[in-house]
Amino acid sequence: MGLITDIRDSISRSIASLFSAEDPKRIGIYGPPNAGKTTLANRIARDWTGDAIGPESHIPHETRRARRKENVEIERDGKSVTIDVVDTPGVTTKVDYTEFLEHDMEKDDAVRRSREATEGVAEAMHWLREDVDGVLYVLDSTKDPFTQVNTMLVGIIESQDLPVLILANKTDLPESNIRRIENAFPQHETIPLSALEGDNMDEVYDKIADYFG
Amino acid sequence: MAEVKQADDGVQIDLISGERMEGMASMEKIRMILDGVHEGNIVILEEGLSPDEESKLIEVTMTEISPDEFNGIEIETYPKGDTADSGLFDRLMGKDPETKKLTVIGPANQIETLHKDETLISALVSRK
Ligand SMILES: Nc1nc2c(ncn2[C@@H]2O[C@H](COP(=O)(O)OP(=O)(O)OP(=O)(O)O)[C@@H](O)[C@H]2O)c(=O)[nH]1
Ligand SMILES: [Mg+2]
Repeated sequence: MGLITDIRDSISRSIASLFSAEDPKRIGIYGPPNAGKTTLANRIARDWTGDAIGPESHIPHETRRARRKENVEIERDGKSVTIDVVDTPGVTTKVDYTEFLEHDMEKDDAVRRSREATEGVAEAMHWLREDVDGVLYVLDSTKDPFTQVNTMLVGIIESQDLPVLILANKTDLPESNIRRIENAFPQHETIPLSALEGDNMDEVYDKIADYFG
Repeated sequence: MAEVKQADDGVQIDLISGERMEGMASMEKIRMILDGVHEGNIVILEEGLSPDEESKLIEVTMTEISPDEFNGIEIETYPKGDTADSGLFDRLMGKDPETKKLTVIGPANQIETLHKDETLISALVSRK
């Protein structure tokens, strides 16, 4: 009995190590449009691999395809965790191309941007149900976090039992309000940061290692 | 759903009971909601959708957005309260409080949320 259990344990351990060696956890960066997801993804990728993931922009729906950076090896206290970072399009329930016209865009380009955005959001929702092992939920801490999209997405993430960290981004801005985000999601850990300035990234990496390592 | 024809100067509101939703598959619910919203109706669900259904609703909504025709949906439920006492047991017993919340869904270009907190949703609905 003891021997069989031992063997079974050692087999499952070697399977586990096989998987952890070849299958890094896939961490999805989710959140509403313009929260700073790509800025964060680029910072993580640049800090640990040297290159970026994709373009950042003040115009919402800059990211319209989920993009993945594989095998990002993060070192913490002599240990290392390897993750795949997936930057996703900002999730929304509506896209109105006329809003892009305000950003000096031609109608054709605005319509194309909105079509790509809707495809990207659909894809991101699909990924969330099937293909991610953990979530970094990024919020702009200068904005009200009590939105329907945030409530639904965090609910969806919880219903899948995925580990999630709430990131209160843009703390460099004077209107940043971290408490408001902590109060909105008291059941989760909130970490303040500025992805743009690189403030508090050490804590972000510590927690990534804790949660997803 | 009562087949009330939408008058030119009115907005149709469909109040859908939990009982009616109970026997429906997820995709049937989503189809029913989006068909209503496409017609310019406000759909109110007595018992809301599960997180998985909400996720599919977003996904299907995205595939149906079309410039100058359909901009997507506005959806409101009360923010989730304290879930500390809703354990695995409650979920197994189907007593997940998150899935039992009144939900309002309408066309994004006709419904605007004015105020929302844990106990109140106030929305402005305009004609097509
Ligand atoms: N001040 C400040 N601005 C930031 C910070 N992080 C991102 N931004 C800015 O916010 C805007 C949006 O950043 P993105 O990283 O493109 O946002 P996103 O969440 O990827 O947006 P979508 O891809 O459109 O969903 C850009 O103008 C960024 O420079 C931050 O920490 N502080
Ligand atoms: Mg982006």
